[in-house]
Amino acid sequence: MPEKKDNDIRIGVFICHCGSNIAGYLDMEALGDYTETLPHVTFVQRNLYSCSEGGINQIKEAIKEQNLNRVVVSSCSPRTHEPLFRSSCEEAGLNRYLFEMVNIRDQCSWVHMQEKEDGTAKAKDLIRMGVAKAALLEPQEPILSGVQTRVLVIGGGISGMTSAISLANRGYEVVLVEKEERLGGMLNRLYKLGPTMMDAGDLVEERIKAISQNEKITVFTGARVTAVQGFIGKFQVDVETGTGIKNIDIGVILVATGARVFASEDLYGYDGKRIVTQLEMEQLLKNGLNPDIKNVVMIQCAGSRDEQRPYCSRICCQIAVKNAMLIREQNSEAKVSILYRDMQMYGVENEEMFRASKAKGIRYINYDPARPPQVEPDRVIVYHALLGREIDLTADLVVLSTPMAAQEDANTVSQLLRVPVDENGFFLEGHVKLKPLDFATDGVFLCGSARFPSNIREVVAQGLGAASRASIPLSKEFIEVEPIISVLADVDACRGCGLCVALCPYGALEIQDTEKGRKVHVIDVACKGCGICAATCYQHALEINSYTEEQIDAQINAFLETD
Amino acid sequence: MLDVGRHPNISLLAYSEVEKIEGQAGDFKVTVRRKARFVDEDKCTGCGACAEKCPVSVPNAFNQGLGTRGAVYSYFAQGIPSTHTIDPTHCRQLKGKKCGICAKTCQADAIDFEQEDRVIPLDVGAVIIAVGYDIFDPAQISEYRFNEIPNVVTAIEFERLLSASGPTEGHLDRPSDLAVRAEIESLEKKAKKSLRMLEKLEKKYEETSDQFYKKYQDGQYPDDKDRTKWAERYASHLAVIEPLEALKKKAESFTHAKRLAFIQCVGSRDFRFYPFCSGYCCMHSIKEAIVAHEHEPETTSFIFGMDIRAVGKGFEEYKVRGGNKSNITYVRGRVGEIMEGPNHNPVVTYEDTRERMVKSQEFDMVILATACAPTQGIVELAGLFGVELDEYNFIKTSFLSPVDTSVPGIFVCGCATAPMDVPESVAQASSTAQRAAEIVFQSHSEKEKIVA
Repeated sequence: MPEKKDNDIRIGVFICHCGSNIAGYLDMEALGDYTETLPHVTFVQRNLYSCSEGGINQIKEAIKEQNLNRVVVSSCSPRTHEPLFRSSCEEAGLNRYLFEMVNIRDQCSWVHMQEKEDGTAKAKDLIRMGVAKAALLEPQEPILSGVQTRVLVIGGGISGMTSAISLANRGYEVVLVEKEERLGGMLNRLYKLGPTMMDAGDLVEERIKAISQNEKITVFTGARVTAVQGFIGKFQVDVETGTGIKNIDIGVILVATGARVFASEDLYGYDGKRIVTQLEMEQLLKNGLNPDIKNVVMIQCAGSRDEQRPYCSRICCQIAVKNAMLIREQNSEAKVSILYRDMQMYGVENEEMFRASKAKGIRYINYDPARPPQVEPDRVIVYHALLGREIDLTADLVVLSTPMAAQEDANTVSQLLRVPVDENGFFLEGHVKLKPLDFATDGVFLCGSARFPSNIREVVAQGLGAASRASIPLSKEFIEVEPIISVLADVDACRGCGLCVALCPYGALEIQDTEKGRKVHVIDVACKGCGICAATCYQHALEINSYTEEQIDAQINAFLETD
Repeated sequence: MLDVGRHPNISLLAYSEVEKIEGQAGDFKVTVRRKARFVDEDKCTGCGACAEKCPVSVPNAFNQGLGTRGAVYSYFAQGIPSTHTIDPTHCRQLKGKKCGICAKTCQADAIDFEQEDRVIPLDVGAVIIAVGYDIFDPAQISEYRFNEIPNVVTAIEFERLLSASGPTEGHLDRPSDLAVRAEIESLEKKAKKSLRMLEKLEKKYEETSDQFYKKYQDGQYPDDKDRTKWAERYASHLAVIEPLEALKKKAESFTHAKRLAFIQCVGSRDFRFYPFCSGYCCMHSIKEAIVAHEHEPETTSFIFGMDIRAVGKGFEEYKVRGGNKSNITYVRGRVGEIMEGPNHNPVVTYEDTRERMVKSQEFDMVILATACAPTQGIVELAGLFGVELDEYNFIKTSFLSPVDTSVPGIFVCGCATAPMDVPESVAQASSTAQRAAEIVFQSHSEKEKIVA
């Protein structure tokens, strides 16, 4: 044991029976007796349930009566119960970080139900280790930081506009940055929207009007974000507009940069004239389809679900079905065939539209990707996978359902904001299932096709959802962060190499020039205390509060001690 | 769930139902009935000692009836709140019989047989409906013989079989085999009981039942009533033992299910039932097939579907990986019929539309990817809140207001409004939170204006 602060350490250890969950499988009396022999332990109590009201009161009383200055609870999982015990310590006047938890239920009684002796011995080891660490714990104070209640929304398409309006409706100031000269994004290039066949132009007008009437929203069109400094609550953002660079203080950032439609001459002889993308089809429909076009062939998965772009772009089938119906609406004689692999008409509305299109005479032909369709000057030859033979389709117009792909400047945005992109170049959310609209980095959020291709209904829902996520720090007006974070414990040891900065998944580290040279600086509110930096630092300059090297060494040494 | 349970701004009223709602956006008055649990939530620590001791055995609804629970139970292990509940329709004490074992067992003194329903009023600004969906009952599709062939299960039943906390601890035991094992267990109990009685008699007369029985059958004890009873007991013991041994022998040959068939669109994309696509089931089947293969590398799976709709982020890649690495074969075609083959093996007849042939194949188990059906009680709920339903009884929303119901201030998310997968539900949940916050913010600032 290290010698410092030895004298007045008074540790109370509470050993929970958890009814019979622990007591049924471990020798509790032996555990209690053993714990009393450990260094600095001045009080040991066994509780039926440490977490029950009675148990908590016993802990609080003991802290006061026994003058305890460290508490160890040896019970279940810190995942579920650590916050409760920490708060109880605090209520009894003890700093909440002078608490250590030992899990003898999940790690001993549950996994060693049939081995009472060994399970008890392991519990002794764990308690000894917990006590050794507890002796070295230091009080910590929560970190508080103010939040600028202004939001930056990057991207003025339907998702960004939806977020901006919603946040403004909640009273927050919004800065909306759009790189094009006009808000609306992809919508500006679309004709009608499935499945309602609403006019895309009307929707853009309606949203632009709502934005221009809302005094809380400042719009910069023809503008770009060129620099982002700071962290959640306190970002400084440079926005380059036609008239110069504006530096704006921002609390949270929402990424709504959308996606682009992929096109390539390598695909079925794409030429933008007779062989077009679905996006170009929208323009043809907008202009009014040439009445001479009588035979249209659409090819699904053109450039997706292959080796280069292995993903399914989710919305191309709906777009094809919708455009096929619109073609029939404009040229009622036109024959439209859709060559597909799987028709991805998921959900209620899409499947309804799919059925309606069949009733309207759209032809569906299943093709085998191993024998892709051949596009000839006036026709398409395709092996019909269900008929088992080649068929010949006259084609005045060939429409390729190419995938949505990541924006060309997605990487720039990714680097500016220090947020990741996935293997296909789309932005990578915090958790694919549970945090679809958050980034791992605090204070930066995500919605719309920048994350993954989505239809209008989905994009609107995501725009509202990301606004909700973004509004959480805004409504609190300050951020309270657990102080279990990285600290530069040994300034002299740090060489400013930046290895930790590159590896930090939360953008919580930066290199600063100081009087002592280049040194790492921890942005405390952004740090999550994961410990990657401390583990990486070959100079041992960084440490994690409550998991210092000294504390972990003490735990390991305690483990290696044998009776 | 833990976050919900612990959040200072969330009051969790589990095991409760809304009875009445009045008012308008920004100012609703809601009446909620908190049903009696007969367990004090504040005292119960969720340790489970009561459930262990409860003498009643009820099919476990969470495990889809595979396995049992007590009359006092927690719905599932990680449930929040972690409190237990007594089911009054099965509890012996609440039905007026003598019991109360749970109350004696509970060291936290949490059992309260006197607890009554409480009706509480709430003032709220907005309402979010997130009642989810129900599983389509595949017994309606007679040609799949869901009720007749034990080894045809729903995807959710299969999920429980795969789960480490499920009734088979994650081993793919077939329901027909589980039924035999359950039969063995019950016969063993009977045999143990009769053996105990026989032992008493054997002690009394100092000979084995077997020796005695031979003599008895030879007619040695014609008028001995006590011995006649013994003989009867021994005969009925043998009547238990013989089938028990036969079943045990049979059970020796049981293996885990290794040849799996997943049938897509069971009740979905089917004009007889639901014409819509349920959206998540293709991925669910692929996931289950991959997990089954992880448990047992010899597992092979066939997934029968019209289209395999793997449309989310990373889904197509997952599907392809399942084919390459987890022995999944995707067959384009609809299954026409399932029949029972030898050894309770389901035999699937289907059209392979790419090979243009009708084929039959035998499997160890068939998993039905059942449709996402509107939840039971949705019509009553919609009536209570006054919200409109669509033609299938999902709560109606519109194209540009995907989480707004027909009533201002009442919002909806997840499968209550249409089938959707987890990421989409989570995103929608945040959308409803935002719409609700807009309403609350507006009514708040209006009130401030009035005060000013």
